[in-house]
Amino acid sequence: MPRITMREAISQALWEEMERDSNVFIMGEEVGVWGGSYAVTKGFYDHFGGERVKDTPISEATIVGAAIGAALTGLRPIAELMTINFAFSAFEHIVNQAAKLHYMFAGQMVLPIVIRTVGGGGRQLAATHSQTPDVVFAHFPGLKVVSPSTPEDAKGLLKSAIRSDDPILFIESATLYQSRGEVTEGENLIPIGKSKIQRPGKDVTIVSYSKMLETSMKAADQLAQEGIDVEIVDLRTLRPLDMELVLESFKKTNRAVIVEEGWRSYGVGAEVSARIYEEAFDYVDAPIQRVAQKEVPLPYNRDLEQLALPQVEDVVKAVKEVL
Amino acid sequence: MEKNEYLELFHQMILIRLVEEQATLLYQQGKIGGFLHLYIGQEAVSTGLISSRHSQDRVITAYRDHGVAINCGIPVKIVLAELLGKVTGCSEGRGGSMHMADVGNNFWGGHAIVGAHLPIAAGMALGDRYQGRDSVTICMFGDGATNIGYFHEALNLSKVWNLSVLWVCENNLYGMGTSVERASAVSEIRQKAEGYLIPNSRVDGMDVMKVHEAAQKAIETVRSNRTPYFLEIETYRFRGHSMGDPERYRTSDEVKCWQDEEDPIGIYHKYLLDNKIVSSGELDVIEKAAEQEVQASVQFAESSPEPLAEDLYKNLYVEME
Repeated sequence: MPRITMREAISQALWEEMERDSNVFIMGEEVGVWGGSYAVTKGFYDHFGGERVKDTPISEATIVGAAIGAALTGLRPIAELMTINFAFSAFEHIVNQAAKLHYMFAGQMVLPIVIRTVGGGGRQLAATHSQTPDVVFAHFPGLKVVSPSTPEDAKGLLKSAIRSDDPILFIESATLYQSRGEVTEGENLIPIGKSKIQRPGKDVTIVSYSKMLETSMKAADQLAQEGIDVEIVDLRTLRPLDMELVLESFKKTNRAVIVEEGWRSYGVGAEVSARIYEEAFDYVDAPIQRVAQKEVPLPYNRDLEQLALPQVEDVVKAVKEVL
Repeated sequence: MEKNEYLELFHQMILIRLVEEQATLLYQQGKIGGFLHLYIGQEAVSTGLISSRHSQDRVITAYRDHGVAINCGIPVKIVLAELLGKVTGCSEGRGGSMHMADVGNNFWGGHAIVGAHLPIAAGMALGDRYQGRDSVTICMFGDGATNIGYFHEALNLSKVWNLSVLWVCENNLYGMGTSVERASAVSEIRQKAEGYLIPNSRVDGMDVMKVHEAAQKAIETVRSNRTPYFLEIETYRFRGHSMGDPERYRTSDEVKCWQDEEDPIGIYHKYLLDNKIVSSGELDVIEKAAEQEVQASVQFAESSPEPLAEDLYKNLYVEME
């Protein structure tokens, strides 16, 4: 299997789906002539033309709102929000329109929309440009929230998302675009709403996703040298949240650490640990640990920024806590 | 216009008035929950407007949507059933007063967040253009909506991409209880379209014939020029913003003056008789028939079943977990 970057995997998924279905089109800021602010849609404008790779004004609410409208007419829009920090300007249309219309109008309106966006910190962009507010969006029933950690999953999940008739927020990680991984050649659709064991083990369960999956893998490598065998479950989708593999793994290891890049309060760790306590209380051998971002607006200064973000050592420490 | 078309406009306006009066009673009886925004006084706006569209033209509006729903072809009994939250309602009791839609009749809601449906309207026009249809998207909103960012984003996009949208501002002089003068930099709302180089006009919304003619012209301008157009329709609501509005922002004399002199149904009734288009007897027959239809519709709605508890999650997703 070829090893490609996350950026290439996402780009391939978009390209292949646009080639396959002329109802698929992309709209967003700088997606066309510029080639995408993260170069994901480089070459698309020349190949597919400006009608299918539409540069928009800086109007996030209207990017998502117009994607909803276009979807209602039978198209399959991919709306790109340059970063998830700008998604707040489109919050109304993501959580109060896209997530509601199918249900509220008794199934009359179908919204096959993918909202692609990028989150995460660690690039010295300071507080307003470095957030991981994934759970904010995952809070809303009616929306699906996908956030892959590997090129293989990114490609397969994005292709499934584009073909889905439900509105999907697809959150990428800016610091993962250069990461490489093997990607299955040809069609490989990965179902939305299914978690995955990214590393099998028997001593402790780490639950993570997206960028923090990479951090967790590094921690697991370190711990392996000390003879600690970590199993890592990648959630891949935050809503609907698939707990099956998490519970299966936990019932085997009886110990869990949940690792997320966003803030700890009301986070993925809070949700996943609560569900473990609810559904597998008899298997708990140690209090579940949560590793997350320290609760400050992320600072610009490199050292302070890294201090606030979850690090490999934090994960290692948390694993040792539960053992 | 043919005689039956004149009569149909009268019929629709009467139906809306009677449905809204009936809704008031049902609300007072506790049978309608939530918010209830009545269209009384504004009947000529959507009646004149929607009677000008072709079947391929889409309509999308805000939360004061009962009249629009009726004009778009949702049967009165289905509107009333939705108001009562019944499964026979157009949104199967999930939407209520503010969220009615009938996609089959090209009526795309009923949207309760002020201004949020304007970007959606732009997107529908984009979708139709992309697929080579010559549809016009008719997007209605109140004067209050022209002060929120979505309005400006959507108007701008419609001009930049030359989308076939007819923007229709129903200026009823108050956004809830705040008068246009207190909330908007321009009280002639159509001036806001000037900033986006969108052609525009203003029409008296209490006269259904004037609205109909202005709308016909506007819709065909949009269709043939493939550009947006902005139509401001001046109107007045005779009732409060919603039920339970203390109406401290206007005097009862002001309301009475509009009711006495500007009632759109009275104005049209007089127009039809003065121009000898119909006889008063014919109009009486229409009124009687409308009363009977509304009564039968209330019975239908009241006797309709409630949604089933086991259907709570129905339509949450197309592809369920």
